[in-house]
Amino acid sequence: MTRIGVVTFPGSLDDRDAQRAVRLAGGEPVALWHGDWDLYGVDAVVLPGGFSYGDYLRCGAIARFAPVMQTVIEAATHGLPVLGICNGFQILCESHLLPGALTRNAHLLFRNRDQRLTVENVDTAWTSAYRPGQQIVVPVKNGEGCYVAAPDVLDRLEGEGRVVFRYADGNPNGSARDIAGITNERGNVVGLMPHPEHAVEDLTGPSTDGLAFFTSVLGALTSA
Amino acid sequence: MTRVIVDVMLKPEILDPQGNAILGALPRLGFEGISVVRQGKHFELEVDAPVDEAAMRQLADTLLANTVIEDFTVRVVE
Repeated sequence: MTRIGVVTFPGSLDDRDAQRAVRLAGGEPVALWHGDWDLYGVDAVVLPGGFSYGDYLRCGAIARFAPVMQTVIEAATHGLPVLGICNGFQILCESHLLPGALTRNAHLLFRNRDQRLTVENVDTAWTSAYRPGQQIVVPVKNGEGCYVAAPDVLDRLEGEGRVVFRYADGNPNGSARDIAGITNERGNVVGLMPHPEHAVEDLTGPSTDGLAFFTSVLGALTSA
Repeated sequence: MTRVIVDVMLKPEILDPQGNAILGALPRLGFEGISVVRQGKHFELEVDAPVDEAAMRQLADTLLANTVIEDFTVRVVE
């Protein structure tokens, strides 16, 4: 069975939900620990949401230097699929695996709601089970989710099709060009602020639209 | 011991909603004539002498500031 690691940092909140999403999608979740250098041979890694290290200094700034991240960064540059959700997206930006940064929401409010997104890139390891242009609804919950990058970086992301998700029906945090999630050049690293792992079951989520993140990567790994 | 001061500010082109919120509160407190507030971070480090200024700059560049969105200055005092 395909094994997907979920890293727990001090202050992670959504690691259990991410593990559960992996299980519901048909994979085997593997708990990884921030202070551990070893990835135990997992086939992909999820950096979950939360407030690693209390969001001290900047969101994700201290987690980026955790032992496990040195191994994740190295493996990601060699093609390991890595998904960063919310705080995980912030960690990926602090790690420079993804360009830009997440800053305080433009309106200063913590935003917590069900959010409609447009899937714009279905060629990544984490989105291949979606249709181009598909609209999905997943929860968004953040205080520092305002995506910023230099104009030339934004132009390059758009030009290379690396904007994976865009906010539809309203931008919850002031992100540049309504960007909700992006990918690296290779398409194995994806980061987004909204939470697909909270939308995997009718009982607990606004939809089951998030499940396809996890079936995507399982499919990509099985066919590889 | 020598004190090293690192100041970190958002780059001018980056929106500072916290600074704007402070600015919005000033007229209510009776402070007039202030057109811009930018909020930053101030770090004070106690460092064994002699201070390696290049290492201090590297520390600021690596951890204290995210140079994608922030600028920093390093000063060695006393």
